[in-house]
Amino acid sequence: MTTPAPITTQFDLAEKFPGTVSADARPGYAGWIVAPEKLTEVAIFIRDELGYDLLSSVTGVDYLAEGLMEIVYHVYKTSGGPALVFKAQLPRLDPVKVASLTPVWLGAELQEREIWDLYGIHFENHPDLRRILMWEGFDGHPMRKDWKEAFYDDEVKPFKSRWPEGKHAFAEDRSPFGDNVSFEAGFDPEKWTATDPEEALYATLKKYKTVVKDGIATDHILVNMGPQHPSTHGVFRAVVMLDGENVVSLKPVMGYLHRNHEKIGERNTFLQNMPYTDRLDYFNSMSNNWPYAMAVEKMMGIQVTERAEYIRVIMAELSRIQNHMILIGMLMNDLGAYFTPALYAFEERELILDIFEAASGSRMMCNYHRFGGVVRDVPAEALQKLKDLVFERLPGKIDEFDRLLSENEIFVSRLKGIGYLSPEDAIRTSMTGPMLRASGIPYDIRRADPYSVYDRFDFNVAVRYNGDLYDRYLIRIDEMRESIKILEQALRQMPEGPVMSVKPTYQVKVPAGEAYGRIESPKGELGFYVVSNGKPNPYRYHVRAPSFINLTSLEMTCVNEKIADFVAILGAVDIVLGELDR
Amino acid sequence: MDTYGKGIFKGLMVTAKHFFDSYLDDIKWWGKRYYTPEGLAHRSSKDAKGIFTVQYPEEKVPVPEEFRYIPFLVYDESETGEKTIRCTSCGICAKACPPQCIWIVRGSDPNTGRPVPQPAEFTIDADICMNCGFCAEYCPFDAIKMDHDYEIASYGRNLLNKEALMKPAKYYAEIRPLNNAREEAARAEKAATKAAKA
Ligand code: SF4
Ligand code: SF4
Repeated sequence: MTTPAPITTQFDLAEKFPGTVSADARPGYAGWIVAPEKLTEVAIFIRDELGYDLLSSVTGVDYLAEGLMEIVYHVYKTSGGPALVFKAQLPRLDPVKVASLTPVWLGAELQEREIWDLYGIHFENHPDLRRILMWEGFDGHPMRKDWKEAFYDDEVKPFKSRWPEGKHAFAEDRSPFGDNVSFEAGFDPEKWTATDPEEALYATLKKYKTVVKDGIATDHILVNMGPQHPSTHGVFRAVVMLDGENVVSLKPVMGYLHRNHEKIGERNTFLQNMPYTDRLDYFNSMSNNWPYAMAVEKMMGIQVTERAEYIRVIMAELSRIQNHMILIGMLMNDLGAYFTPALYAFEERELILDIFEAASGSRMMCNYHRFGGVVRDVPAEALQKLKDLVFERLPGKIDEFDRLLSENEIFVSRLKGIGYLSPEDAIRTSMTGPMLRASGIPYDIRRADPYSVYDRFDFNVAVRYNGDLYDRYLIRIDEMRESIKILEQALRQMPEGPVMSVKPTYQVKVPAGEAYGRIESPKGELGFYVVSNGKPNPYRYHVRAPSFINLTSLEMTCVNEKIADFVAILGAVDIVLGELDR
Repeated sequence: MDTYGKGIFKGLMVTAKHFFDSYLDDIKWWGKRYYTPEGLAHRSSKDAKGIFTVQYPEEKVPVPEEFRYIPFLVYDESETGEKTIRCTSCGICAKACPPQCIWIVRGSDPNTGRPVPQPAEFTIDADICMNCGFCAEYCPFDAIKMDHDYEIASYGRNLLNKEALMKPAKYYAEIRPLNNAREEAARAEKAATKAAKA
């Protein structure tokens, strides 16, 4: 497989839209800058004429010194190929306003809400522009460069207070409230009156209405699923409007685990972000490190050694296998097959984590990648175990899962035809990963825009065509089998050699510029958009989280299904709250 | 059309196999499957079947050499029992630490007031430490290393000062033999080149 020739990136948008679009000429940057008033027009052209149907990532950047707010869009073609990047620059004067692109790509919906929440950029014509990660009534927009947290210590790490005069002090002692809170100047708790923060949320659901039929009045009911509910896999909440048992409308509510990962990331040095990426999707820290390392390596212009590339592939594929096994096990929990499949999955996961632990030093928080390779080679003993697992154990265990569940009539009747998502809707809502492929779109970044050494392996892109829950289950089994294929080839081909291409250092020099690194993570496209201004800390650090964006279609798939099926539909999306809420 | 229940039956065969395996494996390993190192190794090998459970805390899974948990400061002990801490108070670990939980007060000579290569105070806020291992990775003097002791639950906050952090080089060599051998070789080589130059 070779990378498809980037034909359309050569398409000169500036020539097509003179005066509206210009090439981004800043050193280290690429893409197009679009005049904000013409954004929708250009976006429709990009989608319809150039064929970029998949909006992958939308994010903001606050260029405080330049007095600009920038919105960065990464769009792809589901037929494959590299990204088209375009940006809109807005003067940094409140209110910062721009047209919403949600009408063009529905997948922008949650991401634009996030930008509004964190940057205070107002999207006109957005169907539901409310805060999403922070709570209603939160003061300010925390990702702005001039916003400071209650524990504010220093602009960037390393903090000067730690050395050489590092007398220890607890951070909470510095806050007058002894807690991680800050209040507006002049805030008086006595004069404050509470408003119902949920009012705006409930108003977005279909209004209660009473229907009288055969002399019986029926009402719709509103149910809060979560945030404390075992089916939601963490502190996730869905507000559901029900007509009897049927879902009429649904809104996901999130942010309960929000810790402003990106703000922390911008205070960190480049290397310090590596262990933080582990804490996103904590089931797959081995693959979370990767796209971040990739983005920074792109900017630094360094290569990864051959052996390290193979180790990265092997670890990522192992991670995918254990992720999918756990997903299936947990899906069974959701459906009431309580814990037998889940524990079978945990057995295999244990064995895989033993390898992660031996190589990286930790079972879940691996922190294994470094810029230019991985921290250390896989120890000989662990490598032997890895080979034993891949060649002798895991293939049989995947078949066992298949036998255990795939034909079980009860299970099949709970999944077949439920939660249907059409291919068009899947693309429109920016689905990626198994969600997209189960709707019949064979889009897999490992093939569509190959990275690392994936172009050397012979494997199929798993795809299923019914777009229902059953296919979303089956595609996981398919993917595990493909992963085994990749692992077998990678283990056979892996060359000897060093695992780092550069001298390890805690201070890396990253030239000014931007980069977007993305991989096909077990949950979908995991991307990191990183901007450097040549200093030791990233100027912008954004995570394109598949768990988050894959929820854009949640309402679509649940409407007209039973409330009991919501649990299974959500389970099959495969969310992890650490990544969803960041 | 298939008989209804065939799929369920197929699945139940898998569960039945697991069920019987748990007895058969116990019988096969009679008396040796639990509370013995071989039994434990068997239960986490590629041939593991039956019951996976480890009877913690009676049994503990041995941690691999690279396992990392809360750092400690290495000290060398002379024959007279004098302890010399390896740390030179260079501050690299404090700068590399992602959550910034290492606090170092650089030592100074009481007479001249000039800085000396010794930490006067060294504090790690172990509740904030994310066990990333960067401090150990980037310390140029092999002075701070990651521990294997994970049983540190306590009622209060784990604020570790220099005394609490110090552990002998012997202990380090015990928990990380390969790393220690490699580092010793590197130090010996360095000393040799230095001697050759002088
Ligand atoms: S432990 Fe190592 S890195 Fe940290 S101050 Fe001491 S010598 Fe420097
Ligand atoms: S292990 Fe990581 S977080 Fe803990 S003290 Fe060392 S550098 Fe800091």
